[in-house]
Amino acid sequence: MPKTSATTRAKDGKLPPVAVDPAILEAEDRRWTPLKIAIWIAIALLGGLSWVMLAVIRGETVNAIWFVFAAVCTYFIGYRFYSKYIEKHLLKPDDSRATPAEYKADGKDYAATDRRVLYGHHFAAIAGAGPLVGPVLAAQMGYLPGTIWIIVGVVLAGAVQDYLVMFFSMRRGGRSLGQMARDELGRVGGTAAIIATLTIMVIIVAILALVVVNALAESPWGVFSVAMTIPIALFMGCYLRFFRPGKVTEVSIIGFVLLLAAIIGGGAVAETDWGVALFTIDKLPLAIGIIVYGFIAAVLPVWLLLAPRDYLSTFMKIGTILMLALAIIIVRPEIFAPAVSEFATSGTGPVVSGTLFPFLFVTIACGALSGFHALIASGTTPKLIEKERQTRFIGYGGMLMESFVAIMALVAALSIDRGIYFAMNASAAATGGTIEGAVAFVNGLGLQGVNLTPDMLAQTANDVGEESIVSRTGGAPTLAVGLAHIMQQVIGGSGLMAFWYHFAIMFEALFILTAVDAGTRVARFMLQDSIGNVIPKFKNTSWRVGAWISTAIMVAAWGAILVMGVTDPLGGINTLFPLFGIANQLLAAIALAVCMAIIAKRGYFRYLWIVAVPLAFAAVVTISASFLKIFSPVPAIGYFAQNAAFRQALADGETSFGTAPTVEAMNAVVRNTMVQGILSILFVTLAIIVIVAAVLATIRAARRGSSESSEDAAVPSKVFAPAGLIPTPAERELQAQWDALPKTPRAGGH
Amino acid sequence: MGVVEVARGIRWYVRGVMGEDAYEKYLAHVAGEHGDGAVVMTEREFWRDRTDRQDANPQGRCC
Repeated sequence: MPKTSATTRAKDGKLPPVAVDPAILEAEDRRWTPLKIAIWIAIALLGGLSWVMLAVIRGETVNAIWFVFAAVCTYFIGYRFYSKYIEKHLLKPDDSRATPAEYKADGKDYAATDRRVLYGHHFAAIAGAGPLVGPVLAAQMGYLPGTIWIIVGVVLAGAVQDYLVMFFSMRRGGRSLGQMARDELGRVGGTAAIIATLTIMVIIVAILALVVVNALAESPWGVFSVAMTIPIALFMGCYLRFFRPGKVTEVSIIGFVLLLAAIIGGGAVAETDWGVALFTIDKLPLAIGIIVYGFIAAVLPVWLLLAPRDYLSTFMKIGTILMLALAIIIVRPEIFAPAVSEFATSGTGPVVSGTLFPFLFVTIACGALSGFHALIASGTTPKLIEKERQTRFIGYGGMLMESFVAIMALVAALSIDRGIYFAMNASAAATGGTIEGAVAFVNGLGLQGVNLTPDMLAQTANDVGEESIVSRTGGAPTLAVGLAHIMQQVIGGSGLMAFWYHFAIMFEALFILTAVDAGTRVARFMLQDSIGNVIPKFKNTSWRVGAWISTAIMVAAWGAILVMGVTDPLGGINTLFPLFGIANQLLAAIALAVCMAIIAKRGYFRYLWIVAVPLAFAAVVTISASFLKIFSPVPAIGYFAQNAAFRQALADGETSFGTAPTVEAMNAVVRNTMVQGILSILFVTLAIIVIVAAVLATIRAARRGSSESSEDAAVPSKVFAPAGLIPTPAERELQAQWDALPKTPRAGGH
Repeated sequence: MGVVEVARGIRWYVRGVMGEDAYEKYLAHVAGEHGDGAVVMTEREFWRDRTDRQDANPQGRCC
């Protein structure tokens, strides 16, 4: 029997140790049995072979299964070796310390949750529409750059960020990123971090809403089925409130069946004349509809709309992602796209402008490195963690799963014909929104192996039950076509393609509407808190008038950007999406900067590079992307260059310029580019302030030499639970001792 | 592992991820920490309190 009692501080006599002796853990880690060695060699070889198939062997096509193997094997190696390295040298979790879920336990917000359950929970909270959209847009640069960034980026940056933020927040009683920034970076850095978070939230909500508008415009089927989610959620909310409180799974299954009915019903409605007349809505009215909806949803009580839709979206998310993973493994689609396309170097891609560096790294944010996760990884999840050592599995491992979702989205987007891909993702300004225009535009790009015909576009539109698929920008429709294409090969054949397409649209719209609603609420509270410093009454968040005014301000802020996006003569997504990625990566830089300051104050300078490297990379990418957006003389890239070009044209008395057909449209471009440019300046300035504050805090800590800590005081733990998915032999041994205890309420951690 | 155990495991996991076991966890907590004397919410009160707390303390969803 292993000696497991050495480290326990819980000497209440009868209780077994609350942690496995670190020496035993270390020994277990170092015991390399032949079987273990063989397994890791096999993983390494399979991963290496997959990377060779993707990167070196350039055949006509590449099979999607290599993406899956390359990703999964790299994740395993990153998780087993790199995250353990970080755990051992940088974080040093101590299972004899109680987590906030234990020492602050209230049975509500602070409640120890089984690690496997919390993994699912945390994954559902971090994964949304982002990892499904970015990779689709980045597919224009070929499959390889996006694949490398998603997989390598997550192992060295994204998962590291999530893990560190979660751990540090847990050591601070579940404090939020904003609070940690204030504690670690002082007043200026902290304030800049909070303003940055608020503005970033606004831009992210606006662009997510733009994705939904682009997916639903001119689509009576989509509008009907997505609109039906509102009455379905209201019904679920009332069911839970008045009829069967707490029957969450039951109501989610009912909601899911209703959702399927709404999708099928949407197909029937879209066939009728009244359905087409009623639900074919242009982009602008649809945007206004979402703005009105956003306001109402954010002031309604949570139980009525947000909570039930959250359940529905969790249910759909986990189910659909498992289904897609299985389908990709079963179908193993062939991918015809080149490894690296001409747009990676020319920067003239029609989907998003700019060269691979830095724009690939801002187009794909979620899935590789997502700053937004820092808001979830601090706050909610740390209050539910049972034992300190579980943060590696939940924080680092949870992000690996999101990265895998991004890889699947990339595969789905790449599995459709490249000509169709560009016809769908080039802006209406380029294609004219017509089949003929799209065919002429795409074939005019001079891409090798692309020969688009009008028939292909008409046939695909017909297959997915849409009037047209030309210029359906934003990523969601492309992903939906890809998903439908893969799923119909498993279930239903081409007859079910329209169903799968609208299923995918619904699936994404559901996440986005929840994100819009929740984002508006969070932003409203942050705004009230800020206004409250001037007008104290605003601090009281239950004061109705203040809540309504603040909500209206936040909705107006993202609504204005949304309207700007849908009416933009330049296309919308292609001008605004870089701002989304930059905002998200800047938040990541802020989160990493806060982590760096914390690590420096702990005195771990030898391993500071673990966070300094991803921070430096995120900073270089976002700052250079921002500078290009601000200073580039190329109008397609620089906001102010575009602005100057259009102003010049107006001054010359021209009545149309570039893709703007009228003086009014030219004025709109002048206005939009000015706003976008100013936002870029704001973001990059705030990020630089935060990073400088963090570097100064780090240097100060280095000079002082001594470590200071803003951690909560250590409280001895009185419970035990294993750390990883599968318990080690020593953990199993200890678990057996705990299980053998007589069942009294006090002994129960679970 | 028999079919019953697997089904039970799946049910436990789904309930956990969806948060359906929140009230049971609350009851276990109340029984362990406060013992007698403390006011214990009924199931209906608990779920109302839960969404009310979300109203007062919103959490972002990820993009």
